[in-house]
Amino acid sequence: MAAMKNPKIGVVLFPGANCERDTIHAASLLPGASVRHIWHKDTSVGNLDVVFLPGGFSYGDYLRCGAIARFSPVMRSVVEFAEKGGIVIGICNGFQVLTECHLLPGALLMNESRKFICKNIHVRVERNDIPATRALKKGDVLKLPIAHGEGRFYAPPETLQALEANGQVVVRYCDQSGNITREANPNGALNNIAGICNERGNVFGLMPHPERAAEPILGNTDGWGILQSLLM
Amino acid sequence: MKARVTVTLREGILDTQGKAVEHALHSLGFTGVKNVRIGKHIEMDVDGADAAAVQRQADDICRKLLSNPVMENFRVTVEEGK
Repeated sequence: MAAMKNPKIGVVLFPGANCERDTIHAASLLPGASVRHIWHKDTSVGNLDVVFLPGGFSYGDYLRCGAIARFSPVMRSVVEFAEKGGIVIGICNGFQVLTECHLLPGALLMNESRKFICKNIHVRVERNDIPATRALKKGDVLKLPIAHGEGRFYAPPETLQALEANGQVVVRYCDQSGNITREANPNGALNNIAGICNERGNVFGLMPHPERAAEPILGNTDGWGILQSLLM
Repeated sequence: MKARVTVTLREGILDTQGKAVEHALHSLGFTGVKNVRIGKHIEMDVDGADAAAVQRQADDICRKLLSNPVMENFRVTVEEGK
């Protein structure tokens, strides 16, 4: 894919989302980007290059996280957009929505500790050839905030095997030196998985919040590389 | 008709709430209790006079929305009347 100049970015606004403003703000820091929100009742995402599904508690997380958001009118259009190769990035609750609508495999279960965890963790970049990681290097360790109660990635054994075999794991929880350890896994995710992509690489979901760590005033810019990748 | 749905995590998936309750039961002295699993119970009044058709519709509802087959199983019972 050629370098993207002046990317057109949309952020889906579900009722109950609470990170859409942060995501719009962080994406707006990209030089040349035009960023707008997409209402959950819209039936088209319009002419965009990138769609973000933000974090939060869409539809109150009723029934299961992401289960009801999946059927909101805009999601049919998001799925079509992804199938045509459009870049879709789901953060936290957005990742949960992506698994519910089968754009990504697996599911996100209640954290092993049963606690809502809000803290900085580290992830290791496992591949840098997808649109959301091109500005990073394989093996980079990023310090990113997580804030979730249901982030324990799960997939049945054959799905997990396929994910690993296809190299679909994009970021893994690690210690600050990049070692993948049990202690560095905050939620009990299988294989320390923090984020995965589809086979084509255009759909990416992750539990950590890069948009909360994208400018110096926040004290952490490790998330900026993921946004910046969209320009490359 | 009344359809009653139970959704539980699939066998083999760690049920963290179940584990917490199991520990609590053990500390209450119920040491013989094992494999506590917590699920969701959903009740629905469904139009229709044919129990088999209501059952099929409820199964469909479970597959589409009430359960996530990646991680959950469901069970439906249908009763005549409300």
